[in-house]
Formats: sequence, C-alpha cells, structure tokens
Amino acid sequence: MSRADKQSPTARPGSPGEVALGGGSAVEDPEREVGPAPRPPGGGWRAVFGYWFAVYKRIWRSTVISSFLAPLLYLAGMGYGLGALIDSGDRTAVPGVPYVAFVATGLVAAQAMMTASAETTYNVFGAIKWLHTYDAMLVTPLRVVDLVRGHLVYVLMRLTLVAGVFVGVALALRAMDSALALVAVPAAVLGGLAFATPIYAFSATIDSEQGFNVLQRFIIMPLFLFSGTFFPLTQLPVGLQVFGWVSPLTHTVALTRALGLGPDSALWLEPWRFAVHVAYLALWAGVGYLLAVRALRRRMVV
Amino acid sequence: MSLIRGTGLRKTFGDFVAVDGIDVEVAAGESFGFLGPNGAGKTSTMRMIGATSPVSGGQLRVFGMDPATHAPAIKARLGVVPQTDALDEELRVRENLLVYGRYFGLSREQVRARTGPLLEFAQLTEKTDAVVESLSGGMKRRLTIARALINEPSLLLLDEPTTGLDPQARHVLWDRLFRLKRDGVTLVLTTHYMDEAEQLCDRLVVMDRGRIVAEGSPRSLIAQHASREVLELRFDAADHAERVADVAGIAERVEVLADRLLLYVHDGDGALETVAARGVHPLSALVRRASLEDVFLRLTGRSLVE
Ligand SMILES: Nc1ncnc2c1ncn2[C@@H]1O[C@H](COP(=O)(O)OP(=O)(O)OP(=O)(O)O)[C@@H](O)[C@H]1O
Ligand SMILES: [Mg+2]
Repeated sequence: MSRADKQSPTARPGSPGEVALGGGSAVEDPEREVGPAPRPPGGGWRAVFGYWFAVYKRIWRSTVISSFLAPLLYLAGMGYGLGALIDSGDRTAVPGVPYVAFVATGLVAAQAMMTASAETTYNVFGAIKWLHTYDAMLVTPLRVVDLVRGHLVYVLMRLTLVAGVFVGVALALRAMDSALALVAVPAAVLGGLAFATPIYAFSATIDSEQGFNVLQRFIIMPLFLFSGTFFPLTQLPVGLQVFGWVSPLTHTVALTRALGLGPDSALWLEPWRFAVHVAYLALWAGVGYLLAVRALRRRMVV
Repeated sequence: MSLIRGTGLRKTFGDFVAVDGIDVEVAAGESFGFLGPNGAGKTSTMRMIGATSPVSGGQLRVFGMDPATHAPAIKARLGVVPQTDALDEELRVRENLLVYGRYFGLSREQVRARTGPLLEFAQLTEKTDAVVESLSGGMKRRLTIARALINEPSLLLLDEPTTGLDPQARHVLWDRLFRLKRDGVTLVLTTHYMDEAEQLCDRLVVMDRGRIVAEGSPRSLIAQHASREVLELRFDAADHAERVADVAGIAERVEVLADRLLLYVHDGDGALETVAARGVHPLSALVRRASLEDVFLRLTGRSLVE
C-alpha cells in the first residue's frame, strides 16, 4: 500500500526498495565482485561541463566587461592611441606593420591567457574549498579526471568565445586583415590551455587563496608585459628575453601575430617554426593536465 | 542480505586514527545509525562507505562490491546527503536537480520526469524556479535529500541530516525520511542527537573516538545501559559532587554533571519522595525517561552534545 503513495518519488516499480533486493544478487554473483569494473556509469566530463555551463548562463553578463570590453579598450588605447605616436606617416616601428595591427595580434593571445587564468583560479579553489562543488560531484559516479576534463572543456569554450569575438572585432576594424586571422582563434585557444592546465594544478594545490595574488603579480602581469604583446621581445635585455621565451604567451603571440598579419608580413613564420610553437604550447597544456589531475586527486581523495 | 559489511574498518590521517577497527553490517531495508559526539569518526566512516574516501585498513563491501575497485558502480546506486549542503546556490532548484542528475548519466528527459515527484516529496514544488540561495536552511536540506534521490538509490547515506535545523524543520525532515524507509529505502545516518536516533533508527552503534562502544536497538541499549527513569537534581552548589552523599543508596547509579546530579532509578517519583523524606531540598527536580544520552554518558563518561 505504501507503493501507492503518490507523494513518494520512490513509490513505483523499479523503486529503490526493489533495486535493493535485486541488487542483492551482486553479493551472490562472484563475477561482480572480482570482475573488471565496467564502463563507468556516470555522466563523465559532459556532465561536469554541464554544471559550469549552467553557472555561466547565469553569470555571463558579469563577464562581458572583463572578457570583451577590456581587451577592446586596450586595443583602442594602446593600438590607436599609442600607435599614433609610434607610427609616423609611412614609417612604422615594425616594418610594414601598423602598430595597431601589431598590438591586436598580440592582445588576442594575452587575453586568452587572462581568461584561462580567471577561469582556473577562484573557480577551482572555490569548487574545492568554499562551495564544495567537487565534493558533491565526487559522491556521484564522476571520477576526478571527469572533473578536470569537464572544467577544461568549459575553459575551452570560454577561450573560443573570447578569442572569436576579439578577432571578429579586429577584422571589422581592419586591425587584423588576413583570412588566416580566423586560424588565430584556435592558436589563441591552445595558448590559453597552456596556461589553464598548470594554473588548475596550482589552484588545486594551494591551501590559501593568497596564492592567487602571487600568481597574478609575479607571473601573469610580468608575462602580459614581457611576452611580445606590446613590443618585440628583441627590445629587451637578453636576460629578460630568455624569460620571455619560456613564457607560453610568447609562443602564442608568435602564432597569432603571424596568422593575424598574414603570409605577406615580415612576421610570418616558416612551417617548422609554426610546428615548434604549437608543440611547445601543447607540452605545457599536456604536462599541466597531468599535474592538474594528480593535484586534484591528492586534494579530494583523502 | 547485507548492503554494507565492514570488518575491522580503519581510517587514518597520517598518524591520527579517526576510525579504529569497527565492524558494521547493514541489511537491506534497515535504518541504521551512527551515534557519537564531535570527532567520533562518523563522517570518516560514511565517506568510506560512500566510496569517496579510501579505506585505510580492514575490509569493506558495499552492495557486495569493493569500494577500492568499484567506486563508480557503488556510487551509481547510492544517495548521499553530506554533512554540509553543497547545493549549487546560484542555480535554480530545478536546475540543481538537472545538473546533478546528469552526473549520474541520466538524460534530461529522465531528470525532468523525476523532478516533479521529487520536489513534491521534498515539499518544494512552489520553489521549483527559485534560486537556491533564497531558500531557508530546512528547505536546502530537503533539496539536498531530493537531489540525492535523483538516481533512485536503494541505499541513502545521511550525515547529520538535521543538525542546525529548528525543531519544526527537523520534524518535517524526519517525516520525509520515514516515508522513504517505508518505501524500502535503506537508511544509514549519523547523528549526535539521541532523539533523532530514537526516532529514525531500527538499530544503531554508539561511536566514540573511532570505536564502537555499544550496539543494538535504541530500546535495548537503554534497557541494557540505563535505568527506566532518571531523576535530575539541581542544587545550589559550586560542585555537585559534594551532594552525592545526600542521595546515597537511592539510585542504581549516580552521575555527577557540572550543574546537576543524575539518579538512575526505576521509579523517579518514588525516588524524589525518598529524597524529600531525607530532608534534602534541591533547587529543582525533574523526572524523565532514560534516553540514549544516558547510555552514552554511561559508556564514555562524557556528554553527547558538548
Ligand atoms: N582530512 C582529514 N585530515 C586529518 N584529520 C581528519 C580529516 N578528516 C577528519 N579528521 C579527523 O578525524 C576525526 C574524526 O572526524 P570525523 O569528521 O569523522 O568525525 P565526526 O564523528 O563526523 O564528527 P562531527 O560530529 O563533528 O561531524 C576528527 O578528529 C577529525 O579532526
Ligand atoms: Mg561529521
């Protein structure tokens, strides 16, 4: 008679009570006990992406300024404002490249770094420590790798969105002017991932959010300035140039600038250089991913 | 048929032993409780059963499976209500169920079909489109329970389901849990409230410092470790130990607390008359039935709720 109770969500055939009895067979069935685990029953990374996407749908308005407006302000101020001082008449600082185009093709990469950092710092730390989102996920069939993958796929989406809009606007303003500029979008996304995965690992490791101040002041800001976004690396003393070439951003900028300016520009790259930059970024993204999974497992599985 | 079987179960954090070799067995359809004070090891035990925290020692089987190798398969059939609600506060009630259902690999249609009945069960139907942040503590707790039922689990783990709720919210919640129990869901819960354990548990273990100190039904534990009634006497004294002599011989056992004496007796009113006949006059006196709190005090010498 209790099964007729309309108010209970469990009162129907196949209800928990029956599953419990049916499930008992697992105890008698030795195969179930020792056999290899079947395909994980959970929703996998797609379900985790679903969470981040649902949150994004609610808060996207608040990201408009930092994601879309700020880079365009930089473009206006640095590219057009400063550019007017740097370029005079037909003479440009980088031969054949207007300063605004130089900055635009660098900013798209720098903005990807900023977005990657924004999406893998407080979001990760908060999900671990403040909101217990990851705790809630891990009582379900989701595995630690699903958490990392789902989050990174969300970051991928954000990077694509942000870089896509920026390149679109830059093309409309003729600050970029090559059909290949569209390929700068995936290049910027790869560059963003080269930051997202190691920063994720960092966020999953630190005990206090103070670590993010250090990250922002001593890593992100210096890289923003010294990775060839606003001026060629060769302007720097050799010591800083070395630092600049370690930075994934430098390599991303090399790619986005070549693609954004097109094959006729002085900053176009030979194919092998393209390959080296891509490989270097992929290495950061790949190693960072492994570190991120390891860090999150250490943090959550205790 | 046991859904949970743990033998010599241990959990250590570095050198610290949180769960120190406990044996538990929970049968299908049963309501089972872990009663114990702060730090007893209840959450640590529940997390091991939930296959989220690796077992440090001993053996554990949940649905006959080893959590070390079959965690996702076990979790797929479990409902977990953690000690602190971890709801997605910025999302709507309905979205919380959707997002969570997807974690189990359920389709949107499946989740949608279950949402109505679950919210009705949790008495949150009017809140379907409310943002979780705006719900009261009791509503959030019920939503956490509704969420934990999205995969139609046969076993529900509840870590302190009503801690922090006001009495009315607690009763509403108990009523919901009764309903689940009646529908055949196996409940395993932790609590440090004896009334909750008495209300909800067919059988329970009393935990203290990582060990099980007693096991049985609430009734049998009280019968075994306490008397039928308790006479509480409050005196105008800095140290109630000085007053033990005044009541010598009246009770089977006397406990001295900071602010009162507890006399374990068969007949509370009779004992109070005897006290008065001796010319002893406490500031106040109270006769009540013995509870699990008394059992705990007896077994550990400490109070359950500090
Ligand atoms: N991750 C951890 N690292 C170190 N010690 C821990 C960890 N988790 C729990 N402990 C310790 O293990 C002991 C048991 O903790 P547990 O959370 O299981 O207790 P509990 O019975 O659930 O207590 P409460 O009623 O306060 O929730 C406590 O002393 C706690 O400090
Ligand atoms: Mg606890």
